[in-house]
Amino acid sequence: MELLAGLLHGFQVALTPAALMMCVVGVVLGTVIGVLPGLGPSATIAMLLPLTFKLEPTGAMIMLAGIYYGAKYGGSTTSILLNVPGESSSVVTCIDGYQMARKGRAGPALGMAAIASFIAGTFGVVALMLVAPPLARLSLAFSAPEYFALMVLGLAMVVLLAGESLTKALLAMFVGLWIATMGTDLFSATSRFTFGQAELLGGIDFIIVAIGVFALGEVLGALEGEKPAEVLPVPKGWRNLMPTWDDMKRCRFAFVNGSLVGFFIGILPGAGSTIASFMSYGIEKGFSKHPEEFGHGAIEGVAAPEGANNAETGGALVPLLTLGIPGSNTTAILLAALVLWGFKPGPLFIQDSPELFWGLVASMYIGNVLLLILNLPLVAVFAQLLRIPGYMMYPLVLGVSIVGVYSVSSSMFHLYLLAGFGLLGYVMRKLDYPSAPLVLGLVLGDSMEKALRQSLMMSGGEISILFRPIPSVLLAFAALLLVVPLFKKFNAVRVQVIDKEA
Amino acid sequence: MYGFVRRGDFWSGLALAGLGAYILSEASRWTYMGEDGPGPGFFPMWYGGAMVALSLLLVAGTALKQARPGKAPSIPELRRALTCWVAFAACIALMKVVGFMVAFALLSWFIVAVMARQPQKVALPVAIVGPVIFYLLFDLALDVQLPTGLWF
Repeated sequence: MELLAGLLHGFQVALTPAALMMCVVGVVLGTVIGVLPGLGPSATIAMLLPLTFKLEPTGAMIMLAGIYYGAKYGGSTTSILLNVPGESSSVVTCIDGYQMARKGRAGPALGMAAIASFIAGTFGVVALMLVAPPLARLSLAFSAPEYFALMVLGLAMVVLLAGESLTKALLAMFVGLWIATMGTDLFSATSRFTFGQAELLGGIDFIIVAIGVFALGEVLGALEGEKPAEVLPVPKGWRNLMPTWDDMKRCRFAFVNGSLVGFFIGILPGAGSTIASFMSYGIEKGFSKHPEEFGHGAIEGVAAPEGANNAETGGALVPLLTLGIPGSNTTAILLAALVLWGFKPGPLFIQDSPELFWGLVASMYIGNVLLLILNLPLVAVFAQLLRIPGYMMYPLVLGVSIVGVYSVSSSMFHLYLLAGFGLLGYVMRKLDYPSAPLVLGLVLGDSMEKALRQSLMMSGGEISILFRPIPSVLLAFAALLLVVPLFKKFNAVRVQVIDKEA
Repeated sequence: MYGFVRRGDFWSGLALAGLGAYILSEASRWTYMGEDGPGPGFFPMWYGGAMVALSLLLVAGTALKQARPGKAPSIPELRRALTCWVAFAACIALMKVVGFMVAFALLSWFIVAVMARQPQKVALPVAIVGPVIFYLLFDLALDVQLPTGLWF
């Protein structure tokens, strides 16, 4: 009953004209950036975040979440028509989607991607709605030591799956922690790492780092070389986009597989939608009666990964909203957004901000329906975006980045920092340093230090407080995650997973 | 024999070791453990120390390991990306004087005409229309202030 009442309240929020409008803007923008290769949802959300400060938070969150899951729908269009993933999680769709398009079945491939995304995306929202409230109640028993241990575990998982080199991932995380500790220490009013600059006393705003590393880093990487690719045509008429009844029957298991794998992988910090789609593809192929068709245009090879990467969204929002622990770049930016708007994601979030939580859940139901509508009849329109040359897009991204950062503080100093972090993002890409641990270290650094110091204050400096049952299990698991790759056999499996993602 | 000095991991490891050492030296000036519990130097001391250890491990690993055959970084590609970055940084510096509109127009023109080698009939409209759209959308419609300079 409580669930239904919450959902009803959510629909009352999400169906107001303003919220509906934000949902439409979010999913359309998400589809557009999903279609455009190179520009990901994390960069877009980071760029637009400062511009949402003047908006009502629930509407703004609905829009940003719309960009997040909308991009996953759009990403498949580019994978199928161009053999280039529009979004990293759509990389698996290239394998069979592009082969289907080359065989003249681009329509059913695009249609199946949209249908599977809708089914699994909706499953993800239902599961989020069912899992989040009890998990939040369970985590009410958590205090500072448990939180510290949970954050260490989250970072360990992100580090484990972030890059081929565990050392580099850890170093990137430490750089994130260092940036997080810049500014005035709230416990002692000590200025830390400010280089004598008054502008750094308040610390470095997360938005500057996120826009620099993601948006600018992506533009600099894309400007290295212009490589025009051939776009396959989209069949005209929505009937040509619909998969046949036989296609639907063949994908029954793929829908279930994608939904379950996507959601459960989504809950794990660090795993992300790319791994979810690879796993569901592997399971689909493993259980298929005709595995030899995979790689040559099997429609289940489109349905399973597309479903998984959309169900992952619901899963990823579970730890974000109930524990305040993000598992990826995009959810880290969403966490920063919630904090900047004055919300406290964690065990009390659903209780304290029911309008936002249930409004967001309800908007995701609506958003998934909107995306199905957008991605079936309008897919040809979105495909035209692939013909826009990059040189028209790059100034736009750079301009929005400048305006976004400037709107936060009206400070030219912060624009110089933006340029600096843009260069850092590019250098990290070139040297294979993963950005996810840096961003998560930055987002969690402050809370992690606070939790650790509070824990030690509680115990009078005794480290034994971290060996209470829950923290000790979490910390032991985190240590295990970081020690396991030292064994060659396990590391080979880890690197194989990351290689597939890359 | 000293091929490792040409590898990015070697130099990035050294740079991060330097950063770790700086963090440690700064943290050593702050209270590590006070009467109320850990001080401002506690957390940086731990991650700074771990940073030094790991970065030295990266340096040593790079020096001892044989280079894996892989794609070497392309100098022209690097040059293009860094040229764009310099143009972006120059655009920000210029904004202090000429404001967002002019500086952004110049940056857009540079990207389209110089980096993408498009003719002026493409570059000039992009350079003029882009800033105007930004002004209409952000300054007028959304009431988001654009950076202003001494002149504009």
